[in-house]
Order: sequence, then structure tokens, then C-alpha cells
Amino acid sequence: MRLKGRTIYAGTVEGAALVTRMGISFFGGVDPETGVVVERGHELEGECIAGKVLVFPSGKGSTVGSYTLYRLKHAGLAPAAIVNESCETIVAVGCIISEIPCVDQVDVGSLRTGEMVQVDGDAGVVEIAR
Amino acid sequence: MRLEPQEQAMLDGEQGRATQKAMQILVALGKIYGAERMLPVRSVQIAGVSYDNLGEAGLQFLTEMAQGGGKARVLTTLNPAGMDIENWQALGIPAAFAENQQRVIDTFARMGVMTTCTCTPYLVGNLPRFGEHIAWAESSAVCYANAVLGARSNREGGPSALAASLTGVTPEYGYHRDENRLPDICVRVEATLTENDQFGALGKAMGEKLRSLGKSVPYIRGIQDASLESLKSFCASLATYGGMALFHMLGITPEASSLKPPEAETNLTLAEIEAAHAALYDADEAEIDFVSLGCPHLSIAEIARIARLLEGKRVTKEFWITTARPTKQIADRLGYTAVIEAAGAKFAADACCVVAPVRGRFQAMATDSAKACYYASGKHGFKTLLKPFDEVVQEALR
Repeated sequence: MRLKGRTIYAGTVEGAALVTRMGISFFGGVDPETGVVVERGHELEGECIAGKVLVFPSGKGSTVGSYTLYRLKHAGLAPAAIVNESCETIVAVGCIISEIPCVDQVDVGSLRTGEMVQVDGDAGVVEIAR
Repeated sequence: MRLEPQEQAMLDGEQGRATQKAMQILVALGKIYGAERMLPVRSVQIAGVSYDNLGEAGLQFLTEMAQGGGKARVLTTLNPAGMDIENWQALGIPAAFAENQQRVIDTFARMGVMTTCTCTPYLVGNLPRFGEHIAWAESSAVCYANAVLGARSNREGGPSALAASLTGVTPEYGYHRDENRLPDICVRVEATLTENDQFGALGKAMGEKLRSLGKSVPYIRGIQDASLESLKSFCASLATYGGMALFHMLGITPEASSLKPPEAETNLTLAEIEAAHAALYDADEAEIDFVSLGCPHLSIAEIARIARLLEGKRVTKEFWITTARPTKQIADRLGYTAVIEAAGAKFAADACCVVAPVRGRFQAMATDSAKACYYASGKHGFKTLLKPFDEVVQEALR
């Protein structure tokens, strides 16, 4: 299956999808030392985002979250790629400064946790092996 | 998005890696928010300065931009740091923090940023004119610039403001465009307000009410008078509690008289404003062990007022006065600093109580700033006491 979205940051990667219907706040919501989601009551609480194709509707919270993504990247704990429904400033800036491929305008409901996904940031395309 | 040849060259990396990264950020934001082109800016204010907020990662990013040849192309000033850069020892700031904070300041300086370290850039020479396009971070200053000065800025984050500085442009969307500056609700204020803390309470009450109504640009009637100091307090509070970046105030702000008041209308009663005030008052006077004035940074008139109140007296509590260094230098010249320091109060120039590493050091803070209450309670876990300016000074003497 092939989902056409929009390029936010280029680069092509493959990884297992980690999908949530909830917004993510990287500052305060993800532990920069472990890559684990720590926001209380979040669907992904306790999950590690490192190396995953992280799929969520949109970012939220403090603009410092852009720097959290950068910190995760330098610790080798960043997601392999980010797929959003509607990308906002925090995630867009975070992906650009951390060089994480990012595509938005994709219906996150059409992806499932665990399936292998290829993200082509240059073409703005998400491909699922099914 | 349509880019000028010069902008395209930056995006293609012809002017170095830092400029390219900066243009990538701006193009991505332009795309997300539907901008058709870039606008030249003449003024930038950068946030994300305290090492407490940035951490090592933020500093690494700034270092990467400086090493990549990033240079400010327009007037660029800086938000407060987590300490007084010259006098941090007297404030009990740990040496390790001071060293890291200095690395941040030095990195900005390498990029040609004026390291003013203040949230009131408009008081120290970064004063955009009416209608000017600017790219500012620092939510209270953005609100002041848009509403009181009539300049045009979105609420930038640290990296996007830096990107505007290194390229000299910002994408044309949001508050840069006429249609987004139109008010969407009339708010009638049914109270006479004079003090900073009252304007702060007004900002909280209005911010929360408009947020619940889904409105973002109020057209405010009923304010008879408001000083620079009251307006900066109001802007800080409206941005903190409501996320607003612009308002119009009839008879006070420059765009109000040329705009048609919107049909949607609400009011704010004295009782609602007093309730917002009371919500920031959870400390007993006996518990106060920290007194703070200068959120946003104090004007010279406010420092003169503190000097009058402290003359010949002695404070009994830790009392920090936060202001821009140039404002403190005026106070030095006029003798206010000597009077204030003789009374035992401390200047924390360049600094901000919101971003200083003070968690765990104090129990309860007295202030005249509604914004400072929000962060003192949320970020530092302090109880708070919101009072009029003069009474806050009295708290320090009690």
C-alpha cells in the first residue's frame, strides 16, 4: 500500500511503525536519555521510539521539544522517521535540525503498530509492505 | 512557495551549511502554514537562552550553527539568561551552570547576535516601527510588539527566530497578513485597573475566557489608561494564560481605531478579574522567602520606585530585581543601584526568575507578575503571592 503525503524533511528509511492517535509532546513527554514515552496516560507510555517510524497526528507542547528531538538523535535514540497527519512547528523544526525524514498529510489511521514501513521523505511517500 | 534567487541560493547551500539549515526551517514552516513568499525582516528577538531550558543538546545545535558559518544579517537581540552574567555568584548560581550558561552566550555572540539578554528588547534599542515585519520569540515581547507597537510577528520558537536572523527573512503567514490581525471578539472590561498585578489578572481572566470561546484576537474596550509597565504585564499574562500574540485596545493601541469591532461580544467583570487574581495567591505571607520583581524586565521608572521604597531600610528576605543590563546601568548612574543594594536587595540583570535554576531553593514567592506566578508554581514548585508592586517591596521588608 502506498500513501502519498507531503515532504517536511527528505531522506529514505525503513522501520517498524509505532502508531498512536494521540499528539506527542517531546519536551517532557519523551525521556531524552532513553527514548521512552513518559507522558502519563499516553497510549505509547513506556514504549521506546528509537529507530521506529513514529506515526502520530501532530506535535504539541513546548517549542523546546525541537531540541529534545535533536538530543535524541545525537544519543542514537531518535525515531527513524516521523509521519504526521498535520505537522506543526515543533516537530518540523525538530526534524530539520536533527535530519529525521518526515512526511505529513498522511492518514495515520491507515498504519498499524509493528508493520514494516518505508518512508521516502524526498517524494513524500509512505509505503507499507502489504 | 516562490523564492527569490538569493533565497534559493541559501536553500541550495551556496552560503554555507548554517544558512542552508536556517532556510530549510523557514521554507518548511512556510509550506506548513501556506506562505507564498518570504518577507524581509529588520529585527529579530531570539529565545532559548537559559542553559536550564536548552540543555547540552540545544547548545550543541547552536554550536553547529556557529561552526557552520551562521551570521546574523539583521538586528538580533537575545532573551534573558538563567543568571546575571557578571554577578552570578551573589545570586547563589552553581559554578557549573554559570560555565555552561556562558558557553551559550558566547556561541550566540560568535554568530553576531547582540547578547542583550532581556525579555524587553523594546526598552533597549530593538524597537520596530508600526507595520514593520519582524521575527520575535518570547511570547510577552511578541504580544507587546504586535499589539502596542503595531509591528508584525508570529510567535517564533528559538530555532525559527535564529533562522530568520541568519537569513534576514521570515515566511509570510499568520500575523504578517492583514486578515489575521482582525479582531474576532469584543471584550468590554468593566473595571478600573491601575496596577501591574491587576493588569496581569486581567490578562489571565481574558486569556482563559477567550481560549474557552475559541477566540484569539480580542478588541478590548473600557480601559481608560494603561502605562508601558501595565501593558508589558498584561501582554505577558495574556500570552502565558491564553497563548495570544495580538490584541487591540481602543484608545491605547495603534490599530484599534482603524478596525471594525467584531459582532461577537463578551465582558469581563471586576469579580472575574478578582477571581483570576485570587487564584495566584496560595501562599501565606509568613511563608514568603523569595521576593521577585521584574517579569517582564523592569523599566527604569520601576527601579526608581523600588529605590524610593527601600531608601534607608533593610530587606529581610532574598529579593531579586530582574532587568536588562542597560536599564541597570542607567540605575547605576542615577544612584538607584546603590540605594537598593544598601538595603540588601539584589540585582539580577540579564536574568529571569522563570528560567533561572532556582527549583528547590525557595518555598514561596511574592511578585506583582501573573506570568511569574504561573512558572514559579509549575516549573519551580513554589507557592505564590500576587500583590501590587509597592506591597511586594513591603513583603521584602516585613
